[in-house]
Amino acid sequence: MTEHDQSARLDLLPVPPTPPAHLDALRARLADAAADAELLDLAFRTIDSPVGDLLLATSAQGLVRVAFANENFDAVLDTLGAAVGRRILNAPARLDAPARQLDDYFAGRRRAFDLTLDLRLSAGFRRLVQQHLPEIPYGRTASYKEMAALVGNPGAVRAVGTACSTNPLPIVVPCHRVVRSDGSLGGYIGGFAAKQALLDLEHAAAQP
Amino acid sequence: MMTTKPPFDRVVTEHGETVLRVCRAVLGAHTDADDAWSETFLAALGAWPALPLTANVEAWLVTIAHRKAIDITRARSRHAIPVGDLPERASTRGIPDAGDLDLWAALATLPHKQRLAVAYHHLGGLPYRDVAELLGGSTDAARRAAADGMTSLRAILVDPPSPTDFLSKETS
Repeated sequence: MTEHDQSARLDLLPVPPTPPAHLDALRARLADAAADAELLDLAFRTIDSPVGDLLLATSAQGLVRVAFANENFDAVLDTLGAAVGRRILNAPARLDAPARQLDDYFAGRRRAFDLTLDLRLSAGFRRLVQQHLPEIPYGRTASYKEMAALVGNPGAVRAVGTACSTNPLPIVVPCHRVVRSDGSLGGYIGGFAAKQALLDLEHAAAQP
Repeated sequence: MMTTKPPFDRVVTEHGETVLRVCRAVLGAHTDADDAWSETFLAALGAWPALPLTANVEAWLVTIAHRKAIDITRARSRHAIPVGDLPERASTRGIPDAGDLDLWAALATLPHKQRLAVAYHHLGGLPYRDVAELLGGSTDAARRAAADGMTSLRAILVDPPSPTDFLSKETS
């Protein structure tokens, strides 16, 4: 590999550096052209938030994934590539709507999300539970047991737990509002502190 | 070699700058090079799912860039006013202030094959065997073209000709 080693090559020629802004502009243009040509399986972007950086990914159908930094964005994109398709580009403009709504949510200005969702990453009972999660009102919580009753399967408490922990669209689909019957938080895909922060935010913003 | 096919965005991150250098070396550092870069990655994106895991991604991209640069050169010449056949020779444009020549301008003064051989091998990392396939001719011819190109580039960039050089050569 030494013959084609990048640094060895650059030593040979005084290559003018490419301004990062120029490459960014080219990448933005590529993302637009790829979407126009319907060549994109997924567009993604990252945003910062009070619970850390978040990765947002959308298919042509809608928002398909929200991920916390502790999930490792590279690993998340690898998994998405295998599940949805590997024609994936960083294309922030294609995720302006969810980014803006999440911003409003974290500022306490938004209580429900108005986004088209692509639910292809979950199926069966997990998907059923996830579809019912938005019925827990903003600022309130439900127990895993109550959630099981809500979807008409009171014995499936453990399966509700699995459905929450595998929610591909956390925050937007509010699995953080499901807690243990004894009032303790239970697990969360984004970590205990993130779950607490989201519940605190909603509790504070829901006060009259 | 890849073990699983990465998301295409990682390909753009890893090879975007290299491909832009190759496009600039072939077409000059202006919008034609940007267009070739875009066309290259758009075509690569479409073909990405079908590319074998064992493929050399950078070599694959440089090969696509070569084809896209040809397309753009042809489109440009269709829109240009014909001036008849030009002899293939080193351009002298820019030479009056040769000390200001950057790499792209210096590359533009090279004969076509030398310029492409330098672009694909030294900037794009393409093995001489693959360079030869793109340019026609033998692997040795590709190696010689790149070596001759590099010699000329060093002369232009490290020791740029000045008017006094030409005078002293003429009088000696």
